[in-house]
Amino acid sequence: MSEGPLKKTPLNDVHRALKAKMVDFGGWDMPVQYSGIIDEHQTVRTAVGLFDVSHMGEIEIKGPQALDLVNYVSTNNAAKLQIGQAQYSGLLYEHGGFVDDILVHKVADDHYFICVNASNQDKDYEHIAANAGNFDATVENAGPCYAQIAVQGPKGLATLQKLTATDLAAIKYYHFLDGTVSGTPARIARTGYTGEDGFEIYIAPEEAPRIWNELLEAGREFGIKPAGLGARNTLRLESKMALYGHEIDASINPYEADLGWIVKLDKPGDFIGRKALEEVRKNGVKRKLAGFEMTGRGIGRDGYEVQIDGGNVGWVTSGGPAPTAGKNIGLCYLPVEKAVPGVAIQVMVRNQPVEAVTVPTPFYKRSK
Amino acid sequence: MYPDQYKYTKEHEWVAPDGTVGITDHAQKELGDIVYVDLPKPGATVETGKSFGSVESVKAVSDIYSPVDGEIAEVNEVLTSAPEKLNEDPHATAWLVKIKLSNPSQLDGLMSKADYEAYIGGL
Repeated sequence: MSEGPLKKTPLNDVHRALKAKMVDFGGWDMPVQYSGIIDEHQTVRTAVGLFDVSHMGEIEIKGPQALDLVNYVSTNNAAKLQIGQAQYSGLLYEHGGFVDDILVHKVADDHYFICVNASNQDKDYEHIAANAGNFDATVENAGPCYAQIAVQGPKGLATLQKLTATDLAAIKYYHFLDGTVSGTPARIARTGYTGEDGFEIYIAPEEAPRIWNELLEAGREFGIKPAGLGARNTLRLESKMALYGHEIDASINPYEADLGWIVKLDKPGDFIGRKALEEVRKNGVKRKLAGFEMTGRGIGRDGYEVQIDGGNVGWVTSGGPAPTAGKNIGLCYLPVEKAVPGVAIQVMVRNQPVEAVTVPTPFYKRSK
Repeated sequence: MYPDQYKYTKEHEWVAPDGTVGITDHAQKELGDIVYVDLPKPGATVETGKSFGSVESVKAVSDIYSPVDGEIAEVNEVLTSAPEKLNEDPHATAWLVKIKLSNPSQLDGLMSKADYEAYIGGL
């Protein structure tokens, strides 16, 4: 898919020393599993798991009109953010399809920090920079400046707390603080991609191996384990969190992806995609994302065709076994009138229709 | 690790002299947690190099290719309800199918234990 040698995170040697199984993930040499996907998944649900997510990109927007630029290129309303708050949002094309899904952090009135998908970071940067001309703001592609480690699970707070003086319990969900972790400056965000409580920390790349090892040590009493992209995927799928290239891409708009809540048509000013989305809002969508559970024997997987009574009606965006739910689950696009719970569908597994039924989502929600 | 009396394929299956077929330890390690096994019905005809079923891990689907020509005599039903046994005991109790060999001399064309170990060593 990608040209040239694979990119490596600052933790690459650490993963190899841990005997992780490595894969090419969008041009990055990343750990897909260490002890096993199911084991890592359950560890995150019941204790704490440690993820290297340094491949994720970061884009810094600074200047007097930083907010105006952020609000022009994204769908959510960044004006609602307090300093130290984060917001899930969409970066769209004029036609309303996704460039990417992003996490916008307000660092200061004139400084926004955006976390973006690894394989999209250059595209996202170019997209934002190309639309920045009318704003008094600078755009910096800052991916190489940060390593990112996710500490996820019910024991995530207790683990990370051992390494920082910052009162982690005081950081609310989708908020962050700039502090230190084991003596190194860190942006500590209570965010994640697993459906569990937890934190994502942004630190200098050269500090990553030391902090990683100290976190493993700090979490030992809780049964911490390193977790790879395999578990990250099953965890986010159970929690119905979108993955670019699966639930969303340039051909999908936020309403189809059940992400209408990140589109704020009532925010002041124009934004890229507004016109197209207003049309969609007026006319309605034709297809919509729905959750399903396999009822027959077989596993519906990414890209498999979905049929109803022998006719093609859609496709699976993500699918597989759900370790916590204990079922074979998935997400798929269906005609909007079928995208409601309780509809019998057939997933074409190796050219054979296997029975499934649409179900309410998410498949898993943690008890608070 | 790899039984002497078995023959092995490049697709990481083993065949016993009596026609019992399974996947190798190397295969189960590469696949990771196995969550589903799809096998043919007894009586089905299988052909060398053609897929007769699949093994699925959390992440991926892998075809199982028949190492020989023949007819499915028996299927390991245990794997239907307990596919994870393939991770635990792939060379013995977690066999996949027993094939009635059309041509037992086909086994001579497959890899020996030593050949297979050299083969996976070079992967």
